[in-house]
Amino acid sequence: MPQAVEHHGRPASPGLAAGPLVFLDRPRQIRHSTGDPARERTELEAAIAGAIAAIRELADRAGGDAAEILEFQVAMLEDEALTAPAIDRIGAGSDAMTAWIETIAAQIADYESSDDDYFRARAADLRDLRDEVARRLLGEADIDLPEAAVLTGEDVTPTRFLSIDWSRGGGIALFGGSASSHVAMLARSRGVPMIVGLGRLDLAGHSAAILDAYSGRVILSPRAEHWSAFEKARTESAGRARREGEAAFGPALTKNRVRISVMINVAEPEELDRRDPAMCDGIGLVRTEFLFHRDGVPDEETQYRAYRRIVEWAAPKPVVLRTLDAGGDKPVPGLTVNGESNPFLGARGIRLSLARPDVFRIQLRAMARAAVHGNAKIMLPMVTVPDEIDRAAALLDQAVAELEAEGIPCVRPPLGIMVEVPAVAVVPELFSRAAFFSIGSNDLTQYVTASARDIAAVAALGDAGHPAVAALVARVVDAGRALGIDVSLCGDMGGDPAHIPALIATGLRSVSVAPIQLGRAKLAIAETIADEG
Amino acid sequence: MTGMTNSHASGAVLLTHPVGLHARPSVKLTKLAKTFRSTIEISTTPEGPWIDAKSIVKVMAAKVPQGSHLHVRAAGADAGDAVAALIGLVESDFGEAEADAASG
Repeated sequence: MPQAVEHHGRPASPGLAAGPLVFLDRPRQIRHSTGDPARERTELEAAIAGAIAAIRELADRAGGDAAEILEFQVAMLEDEALTAPAIDRIGAGSDAMTAWIETIAAQIADYESSDDDYFRARAADLRDLRDEVARRLLGEADIDLPEAAVLTGEDVTPTRFLSIDWSRGGGIALFGGSASSHVAMLARSRGVPMIVGLGRLDLAGHSAAILDAYSGRVILSPRAEHWSAFEKARTESAGRARREGEAAFGPALTKNRVRISVMINVAEPEELDRRDPAMCDGIGLVRTEFLFHRDGVPDEETQYRAYRRIVEWAAPKPVVLRTLDAGGDKPVPGLTVNGESNPFLGARGIRLSLARPDVFRIQLRAMARAAVHGNAKIMLPMVTVPDEIDRAAALLDQAVAELEAEGIPCVRPPLGIMVEVPAVAVVPELFSRAAFFSIGSNDLTQYVTASARDIAAVAALGDAGHPAVAALVARVVDAGRALGIDVSLCGDMGGDPAHIPALIATGLRSVSVAPIQLGRAKLAIAETIADEG
Repeated sequence: MTGMTNSHASGAVLLTHPVGLHARPSVKLTKLAKTFRSTIEISTTPEGPWIDAKSIVKVMAAKVPQGSHLHVRAAGADAGDAVAALIGLVESDFGEAEADAASG
């Protein structure tokens, strides 16, 4: 039995699962050609027709949102624009499998090149169709999965997902994948725990896994103590999940009925789909990096549309748009500096934005335009000295003046800062020109403990529970109160029941958490007693 | 706005669906288009390129974002009805004002 190994990815659907580990390989794509073009064509057409019939049947059984996703797949397979090029390839001498795979590969490449997360995620639907048809060309039977299995692999297809009986438990741990994929949406609506973005896992010798899709953690070949901790967590989480679901809809009140503002962090606009703005007090952090994931900097119009959509969703509640926080562990091609010996201490956040006013100006313009449509604020990441606020404010004023001169509707949003560099947290009173403080507890913790979060050997030291972190939070809260500046906290700490009592004890009254942590955070708040006054 | 000349018709409408012309709206649009005999094409500019509104593959490949003006033109016996119906579908936000549930 190999040693237990832990891997971390991003939660795409919350929950706990454990069971046999099943690797989802792609179907083989080697098939002996019959050598007869007419027969190759007939076989491909039969495989496509078979896939259509199977997906239809699945749609009838699944119903609801799944049926709509599958209906899209059927419509694609029925469209001659998809299948005709494959038939043409067979006419030109190709065998059915090669013709099919090459035809779909062109479609997949087209979706993958999209700037838009939504359309990029559709490549997974095309892969699904490719594999469904390929399986039929090979005459392969569907594999039987053991009960309550943890499925792993590069990605999982909607048809595969829907062909599994999830009522017996199980979960999904993907090397790649996306929280915007159809499978992620299905997993959330069916309560199937799912983690994406684990990177390629070495599965050799591992036959079982525990999956904690609240935190994004996977344990391969768990030890006895992992299993007992899992069983305990699962027992607790069953009752808790129900109470969290109920708590998510109400306002956040402590046990002695002190109101805490609970906002959400948004990394991709798709996270807002299907969410009710009534469940939160606004958006405490918009990670605008989602716009910069692809090569090149998005133009003003693209940024404006994305920000506007988010601002309109929340209006009249506040939305804190963070300016680009590239650098550190979030490189942006063509923008961030490559080869820094220590990128977390390098040109990232506002440092990079001030060094690239051409890029910064476009973002500030887009934000000022979006602010017309609701209650937007702008937040600067990685501020270290007060002068950075002044320089950013001057650029913002200039962007607003330009827009006004051009006759483009805009509003100058309040300009606040992230408190994540210890130099700010120790002397927050020097930063009184910020309109608000938002404590970034993830980076603050790694800087205060001098423990990089991407180095496993020191990960245990980078603990937000270190009393130094709470002491700095208290300092910022006190300074904010003295200066009349609003203070919130937008790191993982804010949604973690283990840290919420300590945060409320510092006097903090506002947190911003991942959307899936809303219920957890509100429930933990309800169990805490706050000092009044 | 729809204008009609004999068997040709055209119109334009603002696409307000939050994601743009994504999977579910595209299925609805192409299904509706297929109920007409006329050839129907859509584009995001009055100059084209024009896309066959009956092909889900082509409509999705256009990756039309929210906020686009969708131009519709048709040629055939029922061209006027076809353009009016497609524009009506987009104006009604694909009949899913309250159902962003599946977001697929």
